[in-house]
Amino acid sequence: MSLNLIRDRQLVAHDYPLLADDAALPASGKLTVTLARWRQDGEALRAPGLEVGVRIPNTVDVADIWAEISDRPMINLEFPGFADGRAYSQARVLRDRYGYRGEIRASGGAVVRDQLHGMARCGINAFELRPDQDPQVCLGAFEDFGLAYQPAADHVTPVLRLRGRR
Amino acid sequence: MYRYDSFDQQLVDDRVAQFRGQTQRFLAGQLPEDEFRSLRLRNGLYIQRFAPMLRVSIPYGLISSKQMRMLGHIARKYDKNYGHFTTRQNIQYNWPKLEQVPDILADLASVQMHAIQTSGNCIRNITTDHLAGAAADELVDPRPYCEITRQWATFHPEFNWLPRKFKIAFCATETDRAATRLHDIGVFIVRNAQGELGYAIYAGGGLGRTPIVAPKIRDFLPELDLLSYLEAILRVYNRLGRRDNMYKARIKILVKETGPAKFTELVEAEWAKIRDGELKLTPADFDRIRQHFDEHPYAADAAADASFDAAVAADSAFAAFVKRNVKAHRVPGYKAVFVSLKAPGVAPGDITAEQMELVAQLADDYSFSEIRSTHDQNLVLAEVRQQDVYAVWKALKAHNLATPNIGLLTDLICCPGLDFCSLANAGSIGVSDEITDAFESMDDLYDIGEMKIKMSGCMNGCGHHTVGHIGILGVDKKGEEWYQVTLGGSAENDASLGDRTGPSFDRAHIVQAVERIIEVYLEQRSSEDETFLKTYRRIGMAPFKARLYADEAVAA
Repeated sequence: MSLNLIRDRQLVAHDYPLLADDAALPASGKLTVTLARWRQDGEALRAPGLEVGVRIPNTVDVADIWAEISDRPMINLEFPGFADGRAYSQARVLRDRYGYRGEIRASGGAVVRDQLHGMARCGINAFELRPDQDPQVCLGAFEDFGLAYQPAADHVTPVLRLRGRR
Repeated sequence: MYRYDSFDQQLVDDRVAQFRGQTQRFLAGQLPEDEFRSLRLRNGLYIQRFAPMLRVSIPYGLISSKQMRMLGHIARKYDKNYGHFTTRQNIQYNWPKLEQVPDILADLASVQMHAIQTSGNCIRNITTDHLAGAAADELVDPRPYCEITRQWATFHPEFNWLPRKFKIAFCATETDRAATRLHDIGVFIVRNAQGELGYAIYAGGGLGRTPIVAPKIRDFLPELDLLSYLEAILRVYNRLGRRDNMYKARIKILVKETGPAKFTELVEAEWAKIRDGELKLTPADFDRIRQHFDEHPYAADAAADASFDAAVAADSAFAAFVKRNVKAHRVPGYKAVFVSLKAPGVAPGDITAEQMELVAQLADDYSFSEIRSTHDQNLVLAEVRQQDVYAVWKALKAHNLATPNIGLLTDLICCPGLDFCSLANAGSIGVSDEITDAFESMDDLYDIGEMKIKMSGCMNGCGHHTVGHIGILGVDKKGEEWYQVTLGGSAENDASLGDRTGPSFDRAHIVQAVERIIEVYLEQRSSEDETFLKTYRRIGMAPFKARLYADEAVAA
């Protein structure tokens, strides 16, 4: 399946494909594994030549697993549907509390044009667009608002502080 | 009145453009209906039984005369000439056309108004005392605190997709007039033993199917830590609130199932990590927000007026209005005048475009161009010189807005019910009309005194029935409308939830049931000073039950 990927506001080729839990490990390359697989095969997955991102369930407390995933180049968060915004908080904890500097990627059914702006504000910088999404329309989402009332992981200066500078 | 600066205006304008784009994509078939639904809800737009319904935000119930005129204009241009004030201090329109909503939002933005986050599972309008700034028993004006919270909550990227809707209220007075402990978060502005300003924080209150009075989770939060603490509560809720069952998704269920002590621990642990971060406020932040509010030029000699007392003595109808609809103001010589939206024959909270324009004009002439909406679905001109109250009353009376019933039986809270709402099981407006009719004589009402009847057309409890002195809940039984009755609820400082009387009443007997409750009260009260609530708490349910179910046939 070809997924459209936006990274740092650019449309790029999809990478870090998800490896099924029962699939054999490739010898090299970028891939994503589930947290369960990561826990099971952590040693093998750290082999030279492999670049492994981890997809974490949106039900886990990031504090409980941070030590296990802190050195990963990519952490994949789940956004299964419009009604389930748990991973927004996971993203902020990763960026704000732990200062994670790798890629935070959003995947799932809610990765659509109208959620991207909020995701970006929470520190997510890569988006696996749902297949029905027009990537060009999605790129416009980042321009919806030029200002923000509250501080978040994107480090936009909130309006309250802008007022103080005038 | 909070006045927008260019930042506030830019954000609201950007939102209108964003929603216009979403509406266009939906109408062009490029946005799935269920996803557009989530987006339109966050812009106040429901699809109701007959038509879309648009809920416009009125932050902490404060409206300028210019805004009120725009609300009247919208009622004329896009609706059927009226609007409906809600228990959330907002206003709803029942007949807008979907494709016109972006234009309505643009009209609202032109007077610094919007419909942002008036629905959907996000942080809703912040509410407080409708007499804020004018109340004599106020520690500080709560509105700058509400506004700073409103701004933090507006488009909060992390909390736009919560398990369920989320409501925050502020109270800064001795008498709680905002039902503060019945909110997801209730903030009481207080001073600690050292005289420092801060907050007592309550969490997990709410109405609806499982009504709960919020427990206190923090005795004292320093003034500058408000937003970080709110963020900590919301983060815990976003992570742990139930998403498997929408009826168990409110924070009240999380607090109850976790236990208030354990919940508090989770919040405190989260807060410890963020309290000294970017959300830490400074005294200058509060000063800047306060500067957006006008200082009213009160007349120093207002109290010298003798005409007010003379008019009360000379005109018994005016005296009745003053007794019920006029409240004290912190400034000598000024009064808060309540505009009743509960006239007989009118759905509670309904107001026509002409009435809106009249109220706007009265605000310009007599009340520093400001109006407040109350969570009892009335309006207040809160800054009237006592010498002008008589003229205000005359004008209100001529427009059917001076029914002297504030806090009385006919001042009942009511949701739109089956007449408008697709969720409702039962009609509530017709019943409220009948109860009003049954007690039309104002003399009867004065004998009864303070009584709040609250009615909802369904379990969602938009009419706050569980905290009515008498609560009425519409239920559907095999396609027929039935009504459950509760007694002894209160939304004030002594907050309590009503007790069920027993089996519900059918449409033909519900008004009679209310009459019987009143009869028992009038017979049993120790004096005219003992309110219904006090009497109920003293004598309990048994005498009411005996009268209500004396003849078996009426209830099932």
